[in-house]
Amino acid sequence: MSLIQSLKPGGKHGLSSKESRDPIGYAVAALNRLAQSDLIDRVGLRKASEQVVFSATRSGFKAATTANRTFAKAGKKGKQGVRAPAATPKGVFDLTPTEDEQMLVDVVTEFAEEVVRPAAAEANETCTAPEALLKAGLEIGLPILGVPESLGGISEERSAMAGTLVAEALAKGDMGLAVAALAPGSVATALGLWGTDAQQQTYLPAFTGDDVPAAALALTEPTVLFDVLSPSTTAEKTADGFVLNGVKTLVPRGAEAELFIIGASLEGEPVLFLVESSTPGITVDGDPAMGVRAASLAKLTLTDVAVPADAVLGATDGTTYLECVRLSRLAWCALAVGTGQAVLDYVTPYVKQREAFGEPIAHRQSVAFMVANIAIELQSMRLLTYKAASRAAAGKDFAREVALARKLCADKGMLIGLDGVQLLGGHGFVKEHPVERWYRDLRAIGVMEGSVLV
Amino acid sequence: MINLDDPRKFRPLTEQAHQVAMNMLRPISRKYDLAEHEYPKELDMLAAMIDGLSESGASEGAGAAGVRRDDKAEDTTVKNGTNLASVMSIAEMCWGDVGLLLSMPRQGLGNSAIASVANDEQSKRFEGVWAGMAITEPDTGSDSASIKTTATLDSDMDCYVLNGEKIFVTSGERADAVVVWATLDRDLGRAAIKSFVVPKGTPGMKVERLEHKLGIRASDTATIIFENCRVPAENLMGSPEVDVKQGFAGAMATFDNTRPLVAAMAVGCAKAALDLVRDLLEQAGIEIDYDRPAITQSAAAAKFLQMEADWEAAHLLMLQAAWMADNREPNSLEASMAKAKAGRVGSDITLSCVELAGSIGYSESELLEKWARDSKILDIFEGTQQIQQLIVARRILGLSSAELK
Repeated sequence: MSLIQSLKPGGKHGLSSKESRDPIGYAVAALNRLAQSDLIDRVGLRKASEQVVFSATRSGFKAATTANRTFAKAGKKGKQGVRAPAATPKGVFDLTPTEDEQMLVDVVTEFAEEVVRPAAAEANETCTAPEALLKAGLEIGLPILGVPESLGGISEERSAMAGTLVAEALAKGDMGLAVAALAPGSVATALGLWGTDAQQQTYLPAFTGDDVPAAALALTEPTVLFDVLSPSTTAEKTADGFVLNGVKTLVPRGAEAELFIIGASLEGEPVLFLVESSTPGITVDGDPAMGVRAASLAKLTLTDVAVPADAVLGATDGTTYLECVRLSRLAWCALAVGTGQAVLDYVTPYVKQREAFGEPIAHRQSVAFMVANIAIELQSMRLLTYKAASRAAAGKDFAREVALARKLCADKGMLIGLDGVQLLGGHGFVKEHPVERWYRDLRAIGVMEGSVLV
Repeated sequence: MINLDDPRKFRPLTEQAHQVAMNMLRPISRKYDLAEHEYPKELDMLAAMIDGLSESGASEGAGAAGVRRDDKAEDTTVKNGTNLASVMSIAEMCWGDVGLLLSMPRQGLGNSAIASVANDEQSKRFEGVWAGMAITEPDTGSDSASIKTTATLDSDMDCYVLNGEKIFVTSGERADAVVVWATLDRDLGRAAIKSFVVPKGTPGMKVERLEHKLGIRASDTATIIFENCRVPAENLMGSPEVDVKQGFAGAMATFDNTRPLVAAMAVGCAKAALDLVRDLLEQAGIEIDYDRPAITQSAAAAKFLQMEADWEAAHLLMLQAAWMADNREPNSLEASMAKAKAGRVGSDITLSCVELAGSIGYSESELLEKWARDSKILDIFEGTQQIQQLIVARRILGLSSAELK
């Protein structure tokens, strides 16, 4: 009876709940379960174990979060924190970055080429970003990019444009590692944007110091047709704070994070909460996905997690949350542009070297036109992303611009990943070349909400 | 500092163009779609008004002739100049009506050609002349390097003698002149191709017939025959020398300037369809929500978001190409990207808008079906979609036209 129950198809292995099994199907399914049993390994019936490194990550930890930093409370509760002023463009259409932005892009581009790209393949397999790479990211100032100068950061004005350029440059190295490296800075940027004096004084010193904590913005939930603006995670008001319940998925570096920003519904409105990972009631599971694997994606389960009244980040009317969602989508657009550029830069020499029928395949229009379309759509994605970013930096409304950028980056970014693999043929399908990874990474745009922001 | 909003200084210009398009072009849009080959007499008044604006400086030098590049100043400040003003005002006018824009006196593509390659003396001489463009021949479309129309120098008379047949000449009957591409020596290939300004009424030039078309029916499209047609030698644009090394570059430079303009036409036409369909959808109870994921909205709203995203891409690629021209940066690649994207997006948007609006879209009672017909030519003339892709591919891959055919 119990065996039959557990062999009912649907709801797992990618089967629809409409599937039914006939008797032979049940027999095959039972055999398969036996084949998966540890027993046959113990008696030496299986030839070789093919443990992939990540599967250890996958089921290896299911525990309370690992890190337990205590953030010493400081600053004035309820007093508005420091805000970086908006950029003030002169109304001139211009595609030239400022000198500061260009310097930053040059540094990050070099880092992406020399450090990030060479580490990408292994980080994808192990689902972890190398310690040294993350340290180097701290040295170039990634976590404090969006933190106002007076709070120890480097941002003189709203950093959305600079952040976009940096995310693009990093993702040209690798999207997964870019997300891993940018996640703490996203939390710091959010504190700079919306934190009270107390929140900024309590948390930001950790990000501007030497021992920067892992931290992540957790908005995505495991729901079909997920609408980030209506999270199922709930926050209930109590006498001295709030109690959070719910599940968040695809949280970058969730297992090592010491501080989360978690989205939850409070009285029907989506609200951001600052939650320290040491708070009781949080469990973390590995949640590796199709791509962005180097970011050590994890699932957070919150069971009666009690947070103090001042854990609310920003407004409780949904406006802060909405701005956060938009800035996060902007970051994902920038990541898509960077990865799309990586694809274009990779296929260009490849199709010129690869020969078929006695000449480079690039000499054929069907191949060359695919490359042309990658270039055209990539530049389209970039321009839409920059427009949204420059409006965000200038403090203008950018709801429309970021929505259009996200739509285009999701659609065309995926097309670029798809065509990238196609242009390499069978070679695109194997891990000898990075295009299959970019294909998996580019599917994240349009799916991921939160995780990073600019 | 990166800023991709429409240039603030051209806001009055585009608002003005928008009002002209709304109040002058739209009311006669269907009339001249139905009455093909009839001259839109209303346009003379409009042309006079535009000339007036241009005298006053209010038009910022915008228009077909606004694509001229001055390479004087060693000024490093970022410019928003006549190229940007031109694409923006042309997009607005085409939001009104593409066919009528193409029929506007002194706004022909020939004027862009003159502005692009004429020397100072010629620019002055042809100022105020309405010029059409004659490149295509019955056997020669995209491969404009293999045109057969010949130009033979008659040094005694100091003139060139043109012989050949040109088709698809926009405003070929109405314009004051046509810019004709002809070869000085077919054996010397593309380097020998030069363009000539041939004034209307020159003996030996005959408008053979006018085409009946799918769209842009307000604009006349002529077949012109040249039979021992003599044009003064000083009407040859640019240098009369056949520089085999420079090749086709001179004549092709025109396209770097006209392609963003055609992209602007597609952007304007598609915007007309988007604006109307958005309104029709709202009346049907469908609001476009920019913050909710497209997959959680209705299929119509999701389609609209995709179309608007593609439109915005075409719009920004158009602005980028014009901005580069304003700032004296080479923009062949970006001009072709803009035209490729705008051309295909223009068709997708106008055709999808017909589908979304159903019979209202298909019926002549609305203009949606007309825009879906008008937009098609914009993915064809001044270089088809495929030619743009070829240009982009060659540039990106660093391949010659011999390698990537």
